[in-house]
Amino acid sequence: MSSAVSLSGVDKRFGDVHALDGIDLEVGAGEFVSLIGPSGCGKSTLLRIVADLEQPTAGAVLVGGKSPQQARLDQDYGIAFQQAGLLEWRTVVENVELPLHVHRVAKAERRARAAELLALVGLDEFAGARPSALSGGMQQRVAIARALAPSPRLLLMDEPFGALDEMTRERMQAELLRIAEETSAAVLFVTHSIPEAVVLSNRVVVMSPRPGRITEIVDGCRPGAAVVSDLVPEDVEDVRESGSFFAAITAVREALRKGHE
Amino acid sequence: MNRAGAVPGAAGVEAGPGERRGALQLARVWPAVAFGIAGLVLWELVVVLGRVPAFLLPPPSAIAAQIGAQAPVIVSTAAVTGGNAAAGLVAGFVLGVALALLAARSRLVQELATPVVLAASAVPIVALAPVFTTMFGSTTEVARRLVVTVVVIVPVFVSTMRGLRQVQPVHAELMTALAATPWQHARFVRLPGAVPYIMTGLRLAAPAAVIAAVVAEYFGGLQNGLGSRISSAAANTAYARAWAFVAAAIAVGLLFHLAGLLAERLVTRGRS
Repeated sequence: MSSAVSLSGVDKRFGDVHALDGIDLEVGAGEFVSLIGPSGCGKSTLLRIVADLEQPTAGAVLVGGKSPQQARLDQDYGIAFQQAGLLEWRTVVENVELPLHVHRVAKAERRARAAELLALVGLDEFAGARPSALSGGMQQRVAIARALAPSPRLLLMDEPFGALDEMTRERMQAELLRIAEETSAAVLFVTHSIPEAVVLSNRVVVMSPRPGRITEIVDGCRPGAAVVSDLVPEDVEDVRESGSFFAAITAVREALRKGHE
Repeated sequence: MNRAGAVPGAAGVEAGPGERRGALQLARVWPAVAFGIAGLVLWELVVVLGRVPAFLLPPPSAIAAQIGAQAPVIVSTAAVTGGNAAAGLVAGFVLGVALALLAARSRLVQELATPVVLAASAVPIVALAPVFTTMFGSTTEVARRLVVTVVVIVPVFVSTMRGLRQVQPVHAELMTALAATPWQHARFVRLPGAVPYIMTGLRLAAPAAVIAAVVAEYFGGLQNGLGSRISSAAANTAYARAWAFVAAAIAVGLLFHLAGLLAERLVTRGRS
């Protein structure tokens, strides 16, 4: 089985700006990998290169063994941005259906799939509501459900919880852990938050300021499959209070500091 | 789709604010109504007490009497003028939206169409109407409807173009990530996103359509509309009758304005 994402020697320049320098990274199938680093370190750019929204200046990129473009055309990945980006003229369920609608899935089939996904993110009772009637956290859950609609093997997330308040954010993290476990999709997750990266990930990729390089890769504290299968927010709470959690946070913080020197 | 089904009790809650909004609108409307009535009374007094000659300004009572006497004619002529305005409005709306869609799709069409439409906005109706009347003959409504069409295309085209350009970057990225075709991008994001702008264009165009339909009748052709009646009554020094038809033209214009407003509200409700 090929890796979910395979990057070797990826370089990106925007004119004179050297954004990414010699990135080598493998994301295994079903693995949860976070990218963390200071603003402008190119972590979002790296995600966008994987998504084929940006082209690398040099280096090789494979997404599930295919070129990023082929992976995009085949809907092999789902993507969620910092803004939920829901279409306000569509109901919640129609927003979740959007990827399937674009790919001409029959209406009954896509409606059934969307209902399933709304149940997964706990919003089935809001299927007929307009996005404007939902809170920011609920909108982001709809966006995640939408990203999952084509059953992708890879989920790309660009600071999806960045605009949420701390409590909502922690609930969403628990939710995401459960969803990632249930769908067994690999996740590449961009974040600013050290605790968020540590609690969610198998591995945390720490990047240096421009030009973005990988400084270090730290093991995260993602709860094991047994815990996650019937995860409640309290379990994530336990992780947050464990000694290994603080050890991992310290390791990431030191790696970030090292990148600045 | 309604939210009431999704949020239990929402329908019951909404009845209260609805009633309050009705009362609120009444409270907002009555000063305008009172002002209008006071204006009419003042007008009557000035004309009667000041012995203003009828050709200068007939009193509202005389105009009201004429409205009563001419009621069947007013209704039939208003229907003709309103019909012309409506036909031109629909044609201009469809053409304006279609042209804007093409212009948004192709740079060539945009560069060809934009100056033409903007030039059309500078053409005065008074210049266009007699030319069209001569071109299409004075026994059909075609010339008048065309004048309305030209007047309507401009605001609809301009506001639709603006709406089509308002795509949020996150929506554009999403459609790229979903590998959507340009046509799907237009259908799923651009066009629905532009709807509030398109409806604003329609709302602005609706009363202008009536003005164009009335003015177009001043330049000959069939004598079956409000504009023809206003000019012939004025030519016959029947000033109160002329004013009665002017009042009818105002009423038709208001009706179109309200219809445009209602259409806009209906289509854009439920949006943030």
